[in-house]
Amino acid sequence: MAGLELLSDQGYRVDGRRAGELRKIQARMGVFAQADGSAYIEQGNTKALAVVYGPHEGMGQGWTQGSQLKGARGRHMQDRERKTGGFVLEIRGSRARALPDRALVNCQYSSATFSTGERKRRPHGDRKSCEMGLQLRQTFEAAILTQLHPRSQIDIYVQVLQADGGTYAACVNAATLAVLDAGIPMRDFVCACSAGFVDGTALADLSHVEEAAGGPQLALALLPASGQIALLEMDARLHEDHLERVLEAAAQAARDVHTLLDRVVRQHVREASILLGD
Amino acid sequence: MLKSKTFLKKTRAGGVMKIVREHYLRDDIGCGAPGCAACGGAHEGPALEPQPQDPASSVCPQPHYLLPDTNVLLHQIVSAWRPGTWASVASSLRLPGSLETYVEQEQGENANDRNDRAIRVAAKWYNEHLKKMSADNQLQVIFITNDRRNKEKAIEEGIPAFTCEEYVKSLTANPELIDRLACLSEEGNEIESGKIIFSEHLPLSKLQQGIKSGTYLQGTFRASRENYLEATVWIHGDNEENKEIILQGLKHLNRAVHEDIVAVELLPKSQWVAPSSVVLHDEGQNEEDVEKEEETERMLKTAVSEKMLKPTGRVVGIIKRNWRPYCGMLSKSDIKESRRHLFTPADKRIPRIRIETRQASTLEGRRIIVAIDGWPRNSRYPNGHFVRNLGDVGEKETETEVLLLEHDVPHQPFSQAVLSFLPKMPWSITEKDMKNREDLRHLCICSVDPPGCTDIDDALHCRELENGNLEVGVHIADVSHFIRPGNALDQESARRGTTVYLCEKRIDMVPELLSSNLCSLKCDVDRLAFSCIWEMNHNAEILKTKFTKSVINSKASLTYAEAQLRIDSANMNDDITTSLRGLNKLAKILKKRRIEKGALTLSSPEVRFHMDSETHDPIDLQTKELRETNSMVEEFMLLANISVAKKIHEEFSEHALLRKHPAPPPSNYEILVKAARSRNLEIKTDTAKSLAESLDQAESPTFPYLNTLLRILATRCMMQAVYFCSGMDNDFHHYGLASPIYTHFTSPIRRYADVIVHRLLAVAIGADCTYPELTDKHKLADICKNLNFRHKMAQYAQRASVAFHTQLFFKSKGIVSEEAYILFVRKNAIVVLIPKYGLEGTVFFEEKDKPNPQLIYDDEIPSLKIEDTVFHVFDKVKVKIMLDSSNLQHQKIRMSLVEPQIPGISIPTDTSNMDLNGPKKKKMKLGK
Repeated sequence: MAGLELLSDQGYRVDGRRAGELRKIQARMGVFAQADGSAYIEQGNTKALAVVYGPHEGMGQGWTQGSQLKGARGRHMQDRERKTGGFVLEIRGSRARALPDRALVNCQYSSATFSTGERKRRPHGDRKSCEMGLQLRQTFEAAILTQLHPRSQIDIYVQVLQADGGTYAACVNAATLAVLDAGIPMRDFVCACSAGFVDGTALADLSHVEEAAGGPQLALALLPASGQIALLEMDARLHEDHLERVLEAAAQAARDVHTLLDRVVRQHVREASILLGD
Repeated sequence: MLKSKTFLKKTRAGGVMKIVREHYLRDDIGCGAPGCAACGGAHEGPALEPQPQDPASSVCPQPHYLLPDTNVLLHQIVSAWRPGTWASVASSLRLPGSLETYVEQEQGENANDRNDRAIRVAAKWYNEHLKKMSADNQLQVIFITNDRRNKEKAIEEGIPAFTCEEYVKSLTANPELIDRLACLSEEGNEIESGKIIFSEHLPLSKLQQGIKSGTYLQGTFRASRENYLEATVWIHGDNEENKEIILQGLKHLNRAVHEDIVAVELLPKSQWVAPSSVVLHDEGQNEEDVEKEEETERMLKTAVSEKMLKPTGRVVGIIKRNWRPYCGMLSKSDIKESRRHLFTPADKRIPRIRIETRQASTLEGRRIIVAIDGWPRNSRYPNGHFVRNLGDVGEKETETEVLLLEHDVPHQPFSQAVLSFLPKMPWSITEKDMKNREDLRHLCICSVDPPGCTDIDDALHCRELENGNLEVGVHIADVSHFIRPGNALDQESARRGTTVYLCEKRIDMVPELLSSNLCSLKCDVDRLAFSCIWEMNHNAEILKTKFTKSVINSKASLTYAEAQLRIDSANMNDDITTSLRGLNKLAKILKKRRIEKGALTLSSPEVRFHMDSETHDPIDLQTKELRETNSMVEEFMLLANISVAKKIHEEFSEHALLRKHPAPPPSNYEILVKAARSRNLEIKTDTAKSLAESLDQAESPTFPYLNTLLRILATRCMMQAVYFCSGMDNDFHHYGLASPIYTHFTSPIRRYADVIVHRLLAVAIGADCTYPELTDKHKLADICKNLNFRHKMAQYAQRASVAFHTQLFFKSKGIVSEEAYILFVRKNAIVVLIPKYGLEGTVFFEEKDKPNPQLIYDDEIPSLKIEDTVFHVFDKVKVKIMLDSSNLQHQKIRMSLVEPQIPGISIPTDTSNMDLNGPKKKKMKLGK
């Protein structure tokens, strides 16, 4: 779509938002009973679901396998670790590791075959999914107080049901809520948002149309209270003079996301406490 | 902030795809009327007038805003209504995004109807909104539409609505506005005969299909200057470069106008024609002449040989109109009291336009501007409307205006928005300005320019360093410090692209405050500059190059003559003079080295008019003089440009703005080689160097002017130098300067290219920050395209201005005889150059209503034999020059032969009984 005007002269974006405005965010916590924690988020048309298991004894392929087997292998591995002086040996797959001093965060990302305009063939396991899983893991290793649960594992599974731009941000935000729902201690919320740069203006929370236009885009995961950055990623050229502005737009958007998520959590806690009869 | 959302679903061809898009409807878009409490200044951008000036409309007496629908807006915006009433344009911006005025597309409703309904809803909303705002000053929004159904519906819904015509007619204060309305009304053309002259244009979708499948060809329509029934279409294809198709006859031209992008269909070979050599001008006044014209068309086709036939086609549809307002004159209708008149554009390639006006008698004999509105199938001429009156024919201001308009030179005064970005006076250099800047105020810098120059963009210095080397600095006005990227000032200068120098006037690229004051490196004031400083040894070899932003204080503004005087006089030994001498010494070495590399020294006859200081009429002509100091300044400018080009290309290999000069194809030189051979001289053209050398050697002891003539001829063989973006091209070579890379850096006050180069260089040295457009090679390529166009047009405008002043000069001078040299020999004419005036003109030997003399043309030598006299290139002749004002719109200089005398051809030397409309019609070519 050549000549698509991403930002009108009056300062409106394609979907009627202004440069710094987020899309509408709706979120729910505790959507699944069987998981330790779960959450669902909609950021505009981007919809993501996150479930969290753990912290449980660290090892194994995940929640699909029998816990008996997991337990047995876990002990075996701890033995080997002791012998090799704390050096972690990989048994099978990259996920099966346990750390002596902190919890292992295992993240898996998948997106539904129907999530994009054209139907995807592989729901997970492709390069993009692996990379996304890795990024999520880095993000949450920075946020979860992993040293409280040595030798254990926390599994975070995220699925994107509909992708309309900003999937990474939606995944992080959903996972944050799910981790909170699971009651796992964190340093702070992790709030993520994307930002782009069009015609000298930084746009927050890009939609698919804006992403597809091919400008630079940046994904930021922020710990809002301290202002620390959990993850910052950008894969296009942007002159360093503009970076600060784009970064600030993303950070501001992430702080806005935090306000919203905080409201959701408080609402959830209030409802839960009513149910518990407090 | 409340947001609600809706989903729009779309399917695309090729696999059904469901696209879901969000649309946020806003509740914070203000109405734009100042003082509206409900909106509370939520509106940004252009606001409505607080109290619309009452345009005294009889249909709507109270103050009101206008809400035109999109079609009215598109077609009538040129009508130049009062700006105040137009402010409501802002309101249409409200349409797409606002909560209250959002309109969902209903089932079975097409997009156009939905838009119409949306505008109606907006109008209604506005009326209710304004009513709420203030009870006392009854503001009303009036809906203007030309669509009858739309208007009916609007009235039904209680919105005051009028057609454009109704409204404008009712404006009692400005009756002349009605003339300016584009006549689009379907019922308005009752005079036209119902007879359909042209075949219908195919719709765009069909044309695109046809072009894809190859049945139709797409190209630019170029009408012929000589024959109004003929045109060519340049096909822009990829493989078949520049194929040309001939169109002949009114019906095949099918309402295409010069410069339109059209689709043509090739005719079968049996109907192919050859380009006719007849000169035909449209003189018919009557609509019923169509049949007569068909006869003339038939006449065109007769008597052509088989091999002359060229691909012939007809226009099947218009892909893009390229209409602009045209300058010209009114040919008043024969019928008295008639309001319909024909308008004859100054450009002969544009058809005559029918306009409707009540001011015919006042417009007669004046230059006016007319815009085309449309060309119905049953009309011989396109319909248009009057736009502006420029003034009387022959007046200097009017003619200058015409040539600026015809060459598309933006020359309006700078708008308020542009001026708002100028620095506030009194201006001084602040601490902030000094950041990233070097203080060079202590250096002995001076500028050397032509006399009377107020936009000084370069200054120089040279001093000896302690290590014995020389430090040479070129300091260029730091225009990019004042013109920040993206603002209105920047956009306007980018649009203008270059300053245009006419004979008596300068059309600035940047406002005068910058061009003649803040950016101009005048002496004895502190000015911001961009400096390029070299360390050189006495052999003019560069040892070190440094670029820096700086502050300078020029010690002297010299003219070329003054500088020359200082260098030459033995008893002046101040700092400035030593500095100049050093520069001059180095420049000579640089020049020698450049010429050794094969740089060309070409020549063109440049003239300067001496203007009468009061009437601004030209009183004398003078060819420009060249001094050593001219080439001294030039040499250092070239060096700076080359150094900068290297630097920015090194830094930005993909998006540096450079200038190249392609080597001309060998065939271009043919004429030069042949001409030289006729004088027993040999010109080698295989490389630039051999060309330069052979030009140097081509001297004739008996004919000293020959060398200059050869150089003038060589100039004509050259290609145009162009700006380009380094990422889009591989050939960087500058042929004329024999430099592998080149750009423009040294005149940012008068060329926009230099501003971009300044910005690139500033980023490269870390003195300024970048912006996205600067590193986007496609945007840069667009800028280059515009700059190349503007430079070409500025050149044409300059020539046209010289031509016009030449006419004025000869008008006052009367008839003169002068010596001239033959530059080219044509089939029926010779082109001569008069060195005294730098004037070039054509002497014709064929005449329509006279028996043709016997002409024998030899293409090989080339020579032309008339009766018994043979003309060769470079022959010396004597011609008579006079002004021909028989055609009011196209006055021209006529030349006729005096010597050698040919009976019946040349005219007698005594000028007593001159007959201006006599046998020898001589034309002065304007655009050559």
